[in-house]
Amino acid sequence: MKKSLKERLAILSDAAKYDASCASSGTVKRDSSASGGLGSTEGSGICHAYAPDGRCISLLKILLTNFCIYDCAYCINRSSSNVERARFTPEEVIWLTLEFYRRNYIEGLFLSSGIIRSSDHTMEDMVRIARELRTIHNFRGYIHLKTIPEASAHLIEEAGLYADRLSINIELPTDAGIGKFAPEKRPDNIRRSMGELRLKMEEMAEPTLQTKRRKKFAPAGQSTQMIVGADGASDATILGTSARLYGSYGLKRVYYSAFSPIPDSSKNLPLIKPPLMREHRLYQADWLYRFYGFDIGEITSSGADGMLDLDLDPKLAWALGHRERFPVDINRADREMLLRVPGLGTKSVKSILSARRFRKLRLEDLKRLSVSLKKVQPFITAEGWTPHRLGDRADLRAMFEPKPEQLSLL
Amino acid sequence: MMYRYALRGRGDLAEWRNAARGFLGAGIAPDIIDWRTMDDADGLFGVADNELPEPLPHHVPASVPPAFIQLAESVICHSDPTRFALLYRILFRLVHDRHLLQMASDADVVAAQRMAKSVGRDYHKMTAFVRFKELPLPADVAGHRRFIAWFEPDHFIVKRVAPFFQRRFNDMDWLIATPKGSASWDGESLRTTDDPAEKPDLRDETDDLWRIYYASIFNPARLKVKMMTKEMPKKYWKNLPEAELIPSLIANAEASVLDMAKREASQPLPFHHRLQEAAAMVPEPVMPVAGTLAALKEQARSCTRCDIYCRATQTVFGDGPTDAKLMFVGEQPGDQEDLAGKPFVGPAGKLFNDTLAEVGIDRQSLYITNAVKHFKYEPRGKRRIHQKPNMGEVRQCRWWLTQELELIKPKLVVAMGATALFSLTEMRQRLEDVRGEPIAMEDGRVLFVTVHPSYLLRIPDEGRKAEELIRFREDMSRVKRLAA
Repeated sequence: MKKSLKERLAILSDAAKYDASCASSGTVKRDSSASGGLGSTEGSGICHAYAPDGRCISLLKILLTNFCIYDCAYCINRSSSNVERARFTPEEVIWLTLEFYRRNYIEGLFLSSGIIRSSDHTMEDMVRIARELRTIHNFRGYIHLKTIPEASAHLIEEAGLYADRLSINIELPTDAGIGKFAPEKRPDNIRRSMGELRLKMEEMAEPTLQTKRRKKFAPAGQSTQMIVGADGASDATILGTSARLYGSYGLKRVYYSAFSPIPDSSKNLPLIKPPLMREHRLYQADWLYRFYGFDIGEITSSGADGMLDLDLDPKLAWALGHRERFPVDINRADREMLLRVPGLGTKSVKSILSARRFRKLRLEDLKRLSVSLKKVQPFITAEGWTPHRLGDRADLRAMFEPKPEQLSLL
Repeated sequence: MMYRYALRGRGDLAEWRNAARGFLGAGIAPDIIDWRTMDDADGLFGVADNELPEPLPHHVPASVPPAFIQLAESVICHSDPTRFALLYRILFRLVHDRHLLQMASDADVVAAQRMAKSVGRDYHKMTAFVRFKELPLPADVAGHRRFIAWFEPDHFIVKRVAPFFQRRFNDMDWLIATPKGSASWDGESLRTTDDPAEKPDLRDETDDLWRIYYASIFNPARLKVKMMTKEMPKKYWKNLPEAELIPSLIANAEASVLDMAKREASQPLPFHHRLQEAAAMVPEPVMPVAGTLAALKEQARSCTRCDIYCRATQTVFGDGPTDAKLMFVGEQPGDQEDLAGKPFVGPAGKLFNDTLAEVGIDRQSLYITNAVKHFKYEPRGKRRIHQKPNMGEVRQCRWWLTQELELIKPKLVVAMGATALFSLTEMRQRLEDVRGEPIAMEDGRVLFVTVHPSYLLRIPDEGRKAEELIRFREDMSRVKRLAA
């Protein structure tokens, strides 16, 4: 018997939840006020709800179908799994997107799919959904399409005309890992597809000769995801791969997804609690690389075996390993060095640089800028404050480590 | 004496601005004005007289930086009764201190920024948590679909947020009612009022689908309740249809994870085996005839002879006709070549093409390749910095270059740069010592050495660069004569 729409919605959103990305930001500004229709995007995304897993729900994140001819060990939808299978028609996906959008539940659609019959067949249906949303229903909300690396170039090109973001998941950081866990996936194809997307985006960003207008091709760029903890890759390996992806393909984001037990799990994989803290540290390290001027080598060198310290955030861990660089004078240091002070973020550094032109800053000033004094104190000097060799204290690390949990009697 | 002034205080900057102008024009210090909202003033102190003092003689209207107006427009929406006095204090200080707002750590500036931030957050949460419910049209009425929402903001932001909803929900009629005012859109005009509204009683079946989605997208193995309540505080829950599920989702999370762990992997269904069989039946793709250039290129696609391959996008093999008389060898593909899969398509390739065109060599007739077929680089933020391949890598990759030479049998081989020269001859000489003259090779071929075009692009001094470009062009003219 055919499953109802409700049943299929449950199956196909459950199947999509292992994709971490839910971003709806970074695309062009557009709205429906002048042209009619439905929807707008205004630069920063909106999280319309949060699930009890702490994740933002911004998009209707579903699969077109969870039937899949691939057998990737880590994936809930792999062909050898016994999960319930279902599929939507393109019309149903369009209807759900529009009705959810009208009630302000979502910013738009994140559509992905298992691969059925062939890559092109699947990609064609996904492109059709995006095209009809845009051209028939005048939908101006956000669309993120998962791209299938083996799909034909003309389909990818059309996808980029309608979607804000395209993404291809690399899933595992090494070619060997992909070979082992996702035997049908070809890492070289994934890299080549990402390269083609970057070339396409750059080509379209050039103003055309006649109109000087730039065409829009996936204006929110491309992103990818790596699963953390399914294979044996170290944090240094993972972050090294991220750095290469950012540099090579201009990715907007690399998402890290702690491997999470899935129903009917493959015997090759650990049924463990997802390493959430590790995932968190990887995001912090990724940020340090992209916005704080750190090299991957600097971030990962302090830990053993290329693993990040789980107890301390990577910036603090770096500072404790490089005490000779501290204390930093907040009234004189340049931006690069201020960014390396534990407890100072890009915003507080900006405020410090602005405020110190008018007066010498004291600790009270920092406190008003919502900087955690406990965290920055040992690493800075300010007007009226010197840390008195605090930076050399042997127990400095212990000051920041999480307190050991008290054991209770059985 | 003390001045007392009462405002409606429902997010309208104009009434405050008018009063503030009056006080400022009369030079009234902030500490002798008692700002109130009318609700307070009516109930507790009787109606305030709301008279403004006479302006000082020779008074010049004050001007303020645009940043202050922006800040004030936001702060005035805050529900904190001290906002009027705070804004006036900042205004008063701005007259003598134009840079006050840049002093990010000043107590007044910090307080105002906090209020603005809180208003901004309230605005953002309203765009996120308003939930429209459909009010079906009567059966015989045609027209736009109608939606109504109830929301409870902390501050007086309805007028500020209304244009957001107009930009977004254009093709439907809607009304957002709140205790601090309402906004509505009928397809033509956006209307707002600051009168308190009553909570309507609304049902919408689509909320059931949304609740199914909410429950299914939640991953019980990653419970992080604090993170959720930080971003979606409980005060909003009563108007969110999905929030009623939260307690049971949390309560059942652990059990459902344990249940998942208990269920061991079952046997795959026949569907899986059929797919595996079908995959095994797929015929191998037809490979080019062995011993041809096409076959060599195909083999090189999966080259793993050194470690560069897994960092690069793809093998960039040589390009050109099999019977080319002239063969150019460069160092390694760069950023653009790595993405496109073709040699010499980036900036150095463009310079190379332009020079060939100037001296009259037909690029289509020659074969061009690199000593190393994968791009070696270091990632640096959003870019890739070229790294010179080491001798071991060049030697490994020579395996391909040697076969290219054997299959194409060019009469003249041009080595561009030291890496190409090393790969072709194992010679490690200064380029200048061998540059520009034909060198006979053992196999009867002629070798010609010149610089790599990317070297020319890196010369910082414009004068020297021009000289070197001329020398390179002369080299290419000589290549043309030698190849003829």
